[in-house]
Amino acid sequence: MADIDSQTSMNRAETGALEVAFVRKELAPAMAPPVNESGVLGWMRKNLFLNIPNTILTLFAGYILYLTIPGLIQWIFTDAVWSGDDRLACATVAQGGELPEGWKAACWPYVGAYLKLFIYGRYPDAELWRVNITLFMFFAGLIPLLMPNLPFKRENLIFMLGIFPVASFVLLSGGNLGLNGFLLPEAIMEPSTLKFWVDFLILTLVICGLVAAYMKGTESDPIPAVVGTAIGMAVLALVLFVMSVDFGLEPVETDRWGGFVMTLVIAVTGIVAALPLGILLALGRRSNMPAVSLFSVIFIEFWRGIPLITVLFMSSVMLPLFLPDGVTFDKLLRALIGVALFSSAYMAEVVRGGLQALPKGQYEGAMAVGLNYWQSMRLIIMPQALKIVIPGIVNTFIGLFKDTTLVSIIGLLDFLGMINLSHSDATWATPVQAMTSYVFCAFIFFLFCFGMSRYSIYMEDRLNTSHR
Amino acid sequence: MAVTDMPTGDEKPKVKLLNDPKFRSIVFQVILIIFLVWVVWSMIDNASTNLKNAGIASGFGFLSTSSGFGLNFSPFLEYSSSSSFLQVYWVGLQNTLVLAVIGIFFATIIGFVMGVARLSNNWVISKIAYWYVEIMRNTPLLLQIFIWYKGVLATLPLAKDSIDLGALGFLNTKGLFAPKFVTADGAGLIGWALLIGLVITFVIKSWAKKRQMATGERFPVFWTGLGLIIGLPLLTYFIMGQPISTEYPTAGNFGPRGGMRVIPEFIALILALSLYTAAFIAEIVRAGILAVNRGQTEASYALGLRPGQTLRLNIIPQALRVIIPPLTSQYLNLTKNSSLAVAIAYPDLTAVFAGTALNQTGQAVEIVGMTMLTYLALSLITSLFMNWYNAKNSLVER
Repeated sequence: MADIDSQTSMNRAETGALEVAFVRKELAPAMAPPVNESGVLGWMRKNLFLNIPNTILTLFAGYILYLTIPGLIQWIFTDAVWSGDDRLACATVAQGGELPEGWKAACWPYVGAYLKLFIYGRYPDAELWRVNITLFMFFAGLIPLLMPNLPFKRENLIFMLGIFPVASFVLLSGGNLGLNGFLLPEAIMEPSTLKFWVDFLILTLVICGLVAAYMKGTESDPIPAVVGTAIGMAVLALVLFVMSVDFGLEPVETDRWGGFVMTLVIAVTGIVAALPLGILLALGRRSNMPAVSLFSVIFIEFWRGIPLITVLFMSSVMLPLFLPDGVTFDKLLRALIGVALFSSAYMAEVVRGGLQALPKGQYEGAMAVGLNYWQSMRLIIMPQALKIVIPGIVNTFIGLFKDTTLVSIIGLLDFLGMINLSHSDATWATPVQAMTSYVFCAFIFFLFCFGMSRYSIYMEDRLNTSHR
Repeated sequence: MAVTDMPTGDEKPKVKLLNDPKFRSIVFQVILIIFLVWVVWSMIDNASTNLKNAGIASGFGFLSTSSGFGLNFSPFLEYSSSSSFLQVYWVGLQNTLVLAVIGIFFATIIGFVMGVARLSNNWVISKIAYWYVEIMRNTPLLLQIFIWYKGVLATLPLAKDSIDLGALGFLNTKGLFAPKFVTADGAGLIGWALLIGLVITFVIKSWAKKRQMATGERFPVFWTGLGLIIGLPLLTYFIMGQPISTEYPTAGNFGPRGGMRVIPEFIALILALSLYTAAFIAEIVRAGILAVNRGQTEASYALGLRPGQTLRLNIIPQALRVIIPPLTSQYLNLTKNSSLAVAIAYPDLTAVFAGTALNQTGQAVEIVGMTMLTYLALSLITSLFMNWYNAKNSLVER
C-alpha cells in the first residue's frame, strides 16, 4: 500500500497539473483558531487558568481584590462626603453629625477648604499672583524641555537654568536683596550698595588679572580667556543686579512660604545644585590626585552614611554654631544647603556608575585627538556617561522629591507640614480628617513621581543607541 | 636604543612649569588642602567662640549626668528618668536596632514574595505586585508612616472595646497587647544551646562540602542541621523544666491587662518601613532573577537535574550574586530611614538623643556628632560586609 501511494504521488509531481477529479483545486478555508487558544478565553486560559496552581493563585488574587477594591471605591467615591461647610458634614450621629454610625470615608470638602493652604502655604493672598506666575513659568519652561521633538532646546535650557531661577527668586521673595559690599574695610567706605559694586569691580579686575597671568605662564593667548572671564563676571553682576533692584514688590519672608510650592522649591533647587556638584565629586573620586580623590571619597561616604533627618537637624541646630557671629541664614536656605549636599553625594555615585560603564577607549580616544581634561569630559565623556545614567538621575530626583517631606520635621511647612498643621483646626476635626488629607497627599506625590519614572523609561528607550 | 633621533643631551625637554601636569596637580592639591584646613579651622574657631558666648561648656561630661525624662519603650535595657544621658544613647541605639532588625525581617519576606509575584505568569498576581511596587515606591515614606500612625492606628477602637486577635492578643488605640514570654532560671541556657547548634551545623556543613569535593559522597546536612538547631534548644527546654512560659493578656473593663504592650508608634513604623522597603527589594529580586540566563535552566535540565535542584543549585546562587549587594544597601536604607521615627515620637536614637537629650543639654556639637558617627559606623560596617561578600561570591574569571 505504502509503495503504491508514494508512486502515485511521484507520478503526480512529475506530470504537474494533471486533472484528477479527487484533488482539490483551491485551498481549504482556514478554520477559526480553537476557542481555547485565542480571544478573551484563550488569553484567560493562558494568563489566569494555565494549570491548577495558577487557577488557585488567580482565585486567591481575586479574593484579595474583592476585599480591597470595593472598599477603596466606597471610601474614595461612593461613601465620601463631597460638600459641606465644617466638620458636621463629615461627622457621624455620635460625633454630632448626621451620618450613620460606623461611617468611614473621605471628607473631601475639608481638602477643598484647605486646598489653597496646601498649595501656597501662608503666602499673602494679595501676592498669590506672583506664585502663580512662577508656577506658570516653571511648567511652561519645563514641558517643552521634556518633549524631544520641539526646537529651541538651547534657548529653553538657558531660560530654565538662567532666567527662571532669578525671576522666581525675585517673584517669590520680592527681590530687593540688600548688598552691602564684602571686600574693602569699612574705614575706607561706608557699607552701601555702591560699595558692593565697587568691591565687585575690584574682584573682577583681580580675577581677570589672575587669569591673564596664568595664561601668560602657560604661553597661551590671554585675550580670549580674559574676555570670557569678564563676560562671566558681567553675567553674574547682571544676576545680582536684578536680585537687588527694588521692583516695588512686597517682600515675603520665607516663613510665609509653604505648601506644595515649597516642596517644589526645595526639590528643584536641590536637584539643580546637586547635579553639577555630583558631577564634580564623581570626577574628583576618579581623579589621579590623591588629595582630591580622598576628599571626594570622604565627602561622598559621609553624606551617604547618615540619614537625611540628621543632616537637617545639623543644618538647623549646628550650622548656626559654625558661622561667624552675626551671619545668619534663613531657615529654608539652611535646609536647602543640607538637602543639596546630601543629594549631591548620591548623584556623585550615580554619575560615577556612568563614568565606569564607559569603555576605556573613549577616554583614550579623547586624549588621542588632543583634547585636554575638561574638553574631553565636556565633549566626549559626560554626554555618554550622563546618557547611561538617566534612570539613576531620575531615581535620585524622585528620592529627593519624596525626601523633601522631611523638612516638615524641622518645622518648615511644606506640603506634608501644612497638612499636619491643618489637623489642629477644630473646624474640620473628625476621625477621617487625617486619612483624607494623607490620601490626597499620596495621590499628588504618586502623580508626580510615577510620571517622572515613566518619563525616564521613555527617555531611556529614546536615547538607547544600543551600544554602551 | 630604539629611539635614535631623540637628542641624547642631558637637558630635559623644555616645558613651562605651569604646563607640567605633575606641578599643576601638586599646586592644585596644595590649594585644596589649604582651603579645607581653613574651612575646618574657621568652623572650629566660630563654634568655640559661639559656645563661649552662649555659655555652653563643651565636652562629654554631660553624658554621666542624670537625664530626668522618661521613655515609654525599652524592650531590653533598663531605663528610668534617673538614668544618665549615656544610657539614653544606648536605649536610643537599642530601639533603632530593634526597629531595623524586625523591619528588615518583614521587608525581606514581603519583598521576595512580591518580586517573585511580579514575574508570575499569572496576570492578576503580577499586576497586583506591579501596582504594589509602584504605589509604595512613588509615595514618601514619611507620609506612609503618618498614614499608618494617624490614619489607621489612631482610629482603632478605645481600650475598652479592644479588637480580640486571639493568640496574638488585643489591638486598640493604645497599641498591641501581645502575649509575653516569661523566663525562669535556666532560660539563658536555651539561647546558648541554639548558638551551639548553629556553630556545629556550620562546622558540619563545611566538613561535608570538603568531603563531597574529595570523595563525591554526600552528607544529609540539611536534616542534621535542622535537628541540631531545633532539637538542641528543645532538649534543653525540657531538661531545664520548661523555663519559658507565655503570659496571655486578658480582657478587662478598662482594656487588656498583662502581656506585653507594643506601642502603636512601633507598629506604625514597622508596617511603613517594611512595606516601603519591600517594594524596592521586590524590584531587586526581580532584576536578580531576570539576570540569570534562561540557558542556565536548560543546561541544568540537560545535565539531568530536577527542577527543585536546578533552582537550588543553579538559579538561586547566581541570582543571589546579583541580589545581595543592592539588598544590603536597602537594609542600610531601612536602618537610616528608621530615623524618621522622630516624626511620630518613637524613642529611637535620633528622637531621644539628637532630639530630647539635645534640647535638655544644648550640647549640639557633641550629640549630633555622636549620632552621625553611629549611623556612619553602621553603614561602614554594612558596606565592609558587602565588600567581603562580593569578593567571596564574585565570578572567578580565568
